[in-house]
Amino acid sequence: MPIDMSQFYEVFFDESEELLAEAERLLLEINIENPDIEELNAIFRAAHSIKGGAATFGMMNMTEITHVLENLLDKIRKHELALTSEHVDAFLAAKDVLKMMVDGHRLGSDVDAKMVADVKMQLSALSEKSGASLSKPAPATAASAPVVGPPPAVEAPAAIAAAPVEVQAAADGLKRFDIELPETSEKDVANLQEELGLLGEVVSAKRADGRYVFTLTTDSTPADIISICSFVFDPDSLVIRDASTPGIPAPEAPAPTPTPTPETESQSRVEIHEEVGYGLFSLPGKENEEEGYGLFAPFTPHPDAIEAGAAAPGDSTTAEPVTPAVTENANPGTNAILENQEKKNLGRRETDKAPASAETTSIRVGIEKVDQLINLVGELVITQAMIEQRSSTLDPVHHEKLINSIGLLTRNTHDLQESVMSIRMMPMDFVFSRFPRMVRDLAGKLNKKVEFVTLGATTELDKGLIERIVDPLTHLVRNSVDHGIETPENRRAAGKDEVGKLTLSAAHKGGSIVIEVTDDGAGLNREKLLAKAQKNGLPVSENMTDSEVHQLIFAPGFSMAEIVTDVSGRGVGMDVVKRNITSMGGMVEIRSALGYGTTISISLPLTLAILDGMSVSLGQNIYVIPLNLIVETMQPKMEDIKTVTNEGLMVHVRGEYLPIIPLYALFKQDTEITHPTEGVLIIIEAEGKKAALFVDTLVGQQQVVIKSLETNFKKIQGVSGATIMGDGSVALILDVPAIIKMGQHNQPQGVHQ
Amino acid sequence: MSMNTEMSAEKNNAENVAHSHEYLTFVLGDESYGLEILKVQEIRGYDAVTKIANTPDFIKGVVNLRGLIVPIVDLRIKFGLGKVEYDEFTVVIILNLHGRIVGIVVDGVSDVMGLQEDQLRAVPDIVTSIDTRYITGLATVDEKMFILVDIEQLMNSQEMALMDSMAIH
Repeated sequence: MPIDMSQFYEVFFDESEELLAEAERLLLEINIENPDIEELNAIFRAAHSIKGGAATFGMMNMTEITHVLENLLDKIRKHELALTSEHVDAFLAAKDVLKMMVDGHRLGSDVDAKMVADVKMQLSALSEKSGASLSKPAPATAASAPVVGPPPAVEAPAAIAAAPVEVQAAADGLKRFDIELPETSEKDVANLQEELGLLGEVVSAKRADGRYVFTLTTDSTPADIISICSFVFDPDSLVIRDASTPGIPAPEAPAPTPTPTPETESQSRVEIHEEVGYGLFSLPGKENEEEGYGLFAPFTPHPDAIEAGAAAPGDSTTAEPVTPAVTENANPGTNAILENQEKKNLGRRETDKAPASAETTSIRVGIEKVDQLINLVGELVITQAMIEQRSSTLDPVHHEKLINSIGLLTRNTHDLQESVMSIRMMPMDFVFSRFPRMVRDLAGKLNKKVEFVTLGATTELDKGLIERIVDPLTHLVRNSVDHGIETPENRRAAGKDEVGKLTLSAAHKGGSIVIEVTDDGAGLNREKLLAKAQKNGLPVSENMTDSEVHQLIFAPGFSMAEIVTDVSGRGVGMDVVKRNITSMGGMVEIRSALGYGTTISISLPLTLAILDGMSVSLGQNIYVIPLNLIVETMQPKMEDIKTVTNEGLMVHVRGEYLPIIPLYALFKQDTEITHPTEGVLIIIEAEGKKAALFVDTLVGQQQVVIKSLETNFKKIQGVSGATIMGDGSVALILDVPAIIKMGQHNQPQGVHQ
Repeated sequence: MSMNTEMSAEKNNAENVAHSHEYLTFVLGDESYGLEILKVQEIRGYDAVTKIANTPDFIKGVVNLRGLIVPIVDLRIKFGLGKVEYDEFTVVIILNLHGRIVGIVVDGVSDVMGLQEDQLRAVPDIVTSIDTRYITGLATVDEKMFILVDIEQLMNSQEMALMDSMAIH
């Protein structure tokens, strides 16, 4: 059973990214004066897990940096060093470097070696500084250089852990392990020997009592050995001894316990369950049962360290009896996020707390599988609708039972559809979590003080939308910090708190999700906006409502320089934001009060796969128009229809002349209704342009499942996709922006009478 | 639908399979055609199609094939063969061309037969509405000529206008 390591790479990358994101979140939250030990521990764990994984997969550059990071963290964690904002900055920089490395390994993107070296130096320097300032525990704390120190038995592993170069050596270098097997069949022994052969050189010897002892020379860790053996044996029954040179035992090697006590063994087993794939540092950590990562035991018995008040991990857990649960509750605002973090993370934390429940609470599934499931369920819903439609003609008296069953089927199908659709849903936190860092950096750069609050991070949204909302939202948040929130001086002058407040919120409202970016900054200035618009030649009047005036900032090329902050233009690229959101089927709205702040509100459909549409008929065919692009529908009177030189059909609506685009002419379809007064005009608006689409009749408003035409066919101009109607027939979804463009080149030749 | 080649098909199948290809034969007007059976996903009747604007008339439109939107091409119109009628006997061959699903309307499906490479004859230089590039060969079975079509090449060709490379209008 050869083990293909490559299958674990993806898991490791995913997990690393999650851990990095988690670490970043914690770093941003951390209270520098009085850091929460649990948070420090969590950051430490993240660094540690990444280091473990990186070492397993041979990504030495990551191992090195996490190692230095870990050392520094460990010191802070043990109060050998006071946390400063300098540290936090360095940690954040290290996080960025690690992310870059993960991307480097995963996508083959460039890794900036200089940046890596800088960060490593910075971390080392911070570690050294600590050594200088807190000279007492110096030997154990100097991280950049191998350590000289008291008792060799204790110090040797510490030296390895402290020197990145040597870690590499240790990880690359071979170690010898004696593995005592329990009594078992010859076949199992042979199998196991073969498996272990993949890790390194195995020599098997039979002992007098009939049990086998393997001597394995490998660069792997005991955890790897245990995970392989656990396919054959209960790991409890195994005894693994590090038989390498006694002076330099691997730091992560389990304490050589020839007859392990049950508790330590169960501890190590739980660890392996948790970190399958790269469970590197699992060792019987009896000194740290609650945390489940008893790594740095070698540091702690150091007499000086103990003197200095650096409690042993065992002590630290007892000294800080703050359970993770308490911390989570203590900080509900942002810790709500934690609950919505990828559940696997949570699962992991829970296992950390209670080793007994080692089951994971989530599984990773490929998105194609989910999409296939969604497609199939979509089919089921259509089929079910067909059955329902056909059964409606049956006599309810004779077919009562059948009709009842169909009713049941309808309900179950809809429940099923709902559950399946929810699989694709992800909490908004995936988007929100990246902003605290951005706001912090930006505020620092601009010398502003900003308090960043997120609300409703649990709100779920379709994965496809989540990915597409990031850019527009980033733009809006950046705008709010840059131009919305004033400088502390200006805020003081305006009688406001120096610290500006930026709120990012998400909530469900009906069938859509509403995401709002709110700042308590200067707000939009109506007069200046109007003046600017007039200068830009936009059609404005004093009678416009505030909301219409605010919408002006979305006008293409509408630079807002000198309007909001006199610094630069809020609204640079705002038209792009609006276009992105509209293309997702969403809408943007602005509420602002001068001097009190601005709220930009985005409302989006819950999923990309479903569209709120208006179905219209044209001859024999049904077309669907996205509802969010329809302004109104009307049946025009003869006198509203105008022409220019008996061409260029127009309609006069509310003081505006809009071009009429007859769909039958555009799509060259036969229909009996060829004059706008006989049919219906649908006023559509896209990319700032309005037009009146002329169709036969309105059929109805409904949600449709969007299907691609391009899968088996090709892109058709004026059609954005197709959908399957309740009767199984196909209806085309109109591409409104394209139709407006087509209409300009395809003006009807007068009115067909 | 003629079944007159059934015997020969069986006979051919029994022979050396390694060098033979199986073909689904179909009728367009008075002519018999064959296409590689492995390209065929299923055969079904003709359902109502949804017309697509601004496409050539031989593209009948799209249908819902168990949730997939599949274009339907009428080869009879494309090659001007047979009577273009749509009734309960009209047959649609659903092709799976490397994952792209396309339906073709033909007059009828006749048979599946195995043909060996040495049974194929080259196409002489003639002028037809099918470009001879898309004809892999001619085969004679029971004194009847079968025109073997490289359906994938044909369907992907520009003239079929099924692909994006082809400009509309």
